[in-house]
Amino acid sequence: MKPLVPVARSRRVALGIAFFVLFVAAWAFATLGGFVSRTFLADPLTMLAEGWTLFTRHDFALDVGITVWRVLGGFVLAAILGVPLGIAMGAYKPVEAFFEPFVSFARYLPASAFIPLLILWAGIGETQKLLVIFIGVFFQIVLMVAVTVGSTRRDLVEAAYTLGAGAGGIVRRVLLPSAAPQIAETLRLVLGWAWTYVIVAELIGASSGIGHMITDSQALLNTGQIIFGIIMIGLIGLVSDFAFKALNQRLYPWSLA
Amino acid sequence: MIDGVGRTFPGVRGGAPTVALTPVSLTVADNDFITILGPSGCGKSTLLRIVAGLDEPTVGRVLLDGVPVAGPGADRGMVFQSYTLFPWLTVEENVRFGLREKGVPAARQAEVARHWIDKVGLAGFERHHPRMLSGGMQQRTAIARALANAPKILLLDEPFGALDHQTRGLMQELLLSIWESEKTTVLFVTHDIEEAIFMASRVVVMSARPGRIKADVVVPIPHPRLYTVKTTPEFSNLKARLTEEIRAEALKVVASAAAGD
Repeated sequence: MKPLVPVARSRRVALGIAFFVLFVAAWAFATLGGFVSRTFLADPLTMLAEGWTLFTRHDFALDVGITVWRVLGGFVLAAILGVPLGIAMGAYKPVEAFFEPFVSFARYLPASAFIPLLILWAGIGETQKLLVIFIGVFFQIVLMVAVTVGSTRRDLVEAAYTLGAGAGGIVRRVLLPSAAPQIAETLRLVLGWAWTYVIVAELIGASSGIGHMITDSQALLNTGQIIFGIIMIGLIGLVSDFAFKALNQRLYPWSLA
Repeated sequence: MIDGVGRTFPGVRGGAPTVALTPVSLTVADNDFITILGPSGCGKSTLLRIVAGLDEPTVGRVLLDGVPVAGPGADRGMVFQSYTLFPWLTVEENVRFGLREKGVPAARQAEVARHWIDKVGLAGFERHHPRMLSGGMQQRTAIARALANAPKILLLDEPFGALDHQTRGLMQELLLSIWESEKTTVLFVTHDIEEAIFMASRVVVMSARPGRIKADVVVPIPHPRLYTVKTTPEFSNLKARLTEEIRAEALKVVASAAAGD
């Protein structure tokens, strides 16, 4: 192996799958071989069987649907408000000076610690779930977008000025298109975090969703269901990530190295 | 046109301020091709940036047709040393950028873009994105982009500095032939003596730190010039003379660096 030498596509896929196989094999070996107590960790086969029961008897599809809806709802809300604010901060330094210190501070406020407060304010309905996700990702989006827009190549901005662009033209036709791929990349990353927050929100004070199912299964010591729920989240995350990546590559082919 | 322009950069961390440019005056006649020649650090790029309006002079002012320059504008087109094509736009869209900012109708934009793309020899590459182009092609597009705006003066800041020697020679001929046919006013900054003589009708030599004008030399070689003029005795004599001027300046820079300045 030489550093940084690229690997062929087929080989990369094979290697990626190989680790999944290895991982499941180790898990199966530990559980089916009797090295780990079934109370603590279900084996892969039980997990799959429990997953099947979840879908057929407990309407798990509904839970998955509601969780996906919450993630997208909170994420889209945060993006709709956060991206424009981030762009304004990145483009105009006084706006940045006004918001940046607070946003940097708010970014470190743990969204999960807001749950008791949010329950008090918004009840245990959907609003509260959306708010947890919103708080969790909004400030991150604002800051990352602001940095991206602010780090636009200065020579491109100067070139646009010498071509007669005004302030509005610079923002709309230089800063925005230049930052767009990186903003899309930021959103892809943040969507992953939204998934973490939704489960936290659902672990406390929820009556539906994947997180709720996991707390229920904990009470019954059903590790098979818990693991199935976790894997489900991982799979949905993987799919949305791939979709996002593919979309970005289609939208911004020019940004590829 | 350039009237007593000087630029001093404030000192870093309480240090003494750096005088990048002692007040410099220079008048550029319409349709003239002037090269500003100097060693690195002589403030020639700073001077050009001040003319472009991208940097502000500490003293003095720049007049364009009698009107003081305040900030960058479409009347002064610029080509940078770094590749500054907008990577998200195609060659054609890049060339049209300035016209679009002006609000020129689309049909007219396309017409002007086609003219300049042909002129710089990039017909057939209209739909390419900059990353698919070589360095030379990118700079040709940048020249077309600046000229499509019909600026009163074209400013070039070592535009061929990052290109290999052969490409550089071809680019010089291309720019010169454009100038010979279009007769735009050009201010061209370079540290390459041969380039400075070959392109210009007037070479302005700048001295090292702090920058000031050391010599103003008229190049009496008639147009149209072909690359073959580079080997004529006339050219060689001029080159020898300017080499001496520049060498003295370069030595000063080295000496002041050795003195711990």
